[in-house]
Amino acid sequence: MPPTRFAVPGRISVPNGTAGTWQRATLTDIRRETSHAATFRFAVPDWAGHVPGQHLMLRLRAADGYVAQRHYSIASPPDDTGHVELTLDHVDGGEVSGWFHTVAKPGDEVEVRGPLSGFFAWPGDRPALLIGAGSGVVPLMSMVRHHRARGLSVPLRLLVSARGPEELIYASEYGAETTPVFTRTAPEGVPVGRVSAAHVATLQADRPEGDWEAYVCGSNGFAEHASRLLVEAGQPVDRIRIERFG
Amino acid sequence: MNVTRGFTGRPRVLNDGLPPGQYDAGDDWPVLSAEVTPDLAPADWTFTVDGLVAEERTWGWDEAHALPPSAYEGDIHCVTSWSKFGVRFGGVSLDAFLDAVRPAPEATHAVAYAHTGYTTNLPLADLTGGRAWIVWEYGDGPLPAEHGGPARLIVPHLYFWKSAKWVAGLRLLDHDEPGFWEQNGYHHRGNPWEEQRYSGD
Repeated sequence: MPPTRFAVPGRISVPNGTAGTWQRATLTDIRRETSHAATFRFAVPDWAGHVPGQHLMLRLRAADGYVAQRHYSIASPPDDTGHVELTLDHVDGGEVSGWFHTVAKPGDEVEVRGPLSGFFAWPGDRPALLIGAGSGVVPLMSMVRHHRARGLSVPLRLLVSARGPEELIYASEYGAETTPVFTRTAPEGVPVGRVSAAHVATLQADRPEGDWEAYVCGSNGFAEHASRLLVEAGQPVDRIRIERFG
Repeated sequence: MNVTRGFTGRPRVLNDGLPPGQYDAGDDWPVLSAEVTPDLAPADWTFTVDGLVAEERTWGWDEAHALPPSAYEGDIHCVTSWSKFGVRFGGVSLDAFLDAVRPAPEATHAVAYAHTGYTTNLPLADLTGGRAWIVWEYGDGPLPAEHGGPARLIVPHLYFWKSAKWVAGLRLLDHDEPGFWEQNGYHHRGNPWEEQRYSGD
């Protein structure tokens, strides 16, 4: 191909071993995260493992044979052997998220296939600048948990945006690597506002050897906003990976 | 597969236009692209057809618009399982570009590439005979940048990752060469009616 002014980041090699096979997943636990989001833990005995940032496809089947399938990011780290966790927002009128939030209980079975897609994956080998909003933090949390579980020393920073503290998913798990940003309501003394050039500048000033690999996840509006801030701050376009809700 | 306890799904109307495993996204048009939306002005957009052709050629914005207009009106299907009905894209049939370069007899496949560096592979037979377009209009307006504007490829009978946004060109080959998502585990062809989502489907 001819040289182009823009570039898609390089692919990351990931195992694709079980991506073609639907597997039975048994719900073992439900943890509430916020009033809108909960984490669903599944036992998937033959899960081949994933790289943080990958997703899976999940399907539910009705008695008349109707099937609904959706892509979901995996929240858990790869070392959670035989288990995967998904954190799902309760979407208004959502037939799959609605089932999870109002019907599902431990012991229920669904089907999953994956892990899927190596593009948004972070193997833990490069400094990672993570920016997420709302449930866009889910694949990023898989990365943070992986970083912790393995005791990795490679730099990792997370900028996470939520409407307010009560809507911040995984609030109790964040550490020094995380900067929360609140867009509507914030605790006393914490400013209210969206992710800004100043936030990104702070992280860019802290640029590690080898530079950041940036991962952006959220609604399309958020992804456009955050990726533009990164480009304006000098982050090369071929080192920005974007996962948009769709 | 067993029935999921307590799952009924949303009320359904029989829709023969919905491929297996898809749902109707209604008025939504989700944006799915892995890269930063490029800041690409119409004046800077070009479209090249090269590789196994008698005469390689590049069109600029005005040259492409001088070709006979052609529109697609119909449905589109994304591998992430949404479908969108009754959309209209205005532009030019890909046949008009291919006729101008005269593909070599040995050309069997193509790689579409974007101004971002994105690539996707297609059999040439999926791009000819009025089945593919270069488009710059959506509905009555210009194609939005986040959906591939100023111009994108559309191949509506295949999953939409084949319809390269910000399309920069087409390289004709005598073999199949997997593109960006195809190297990431997606199916080489991507026919929604046969549910060719992932490698091995």
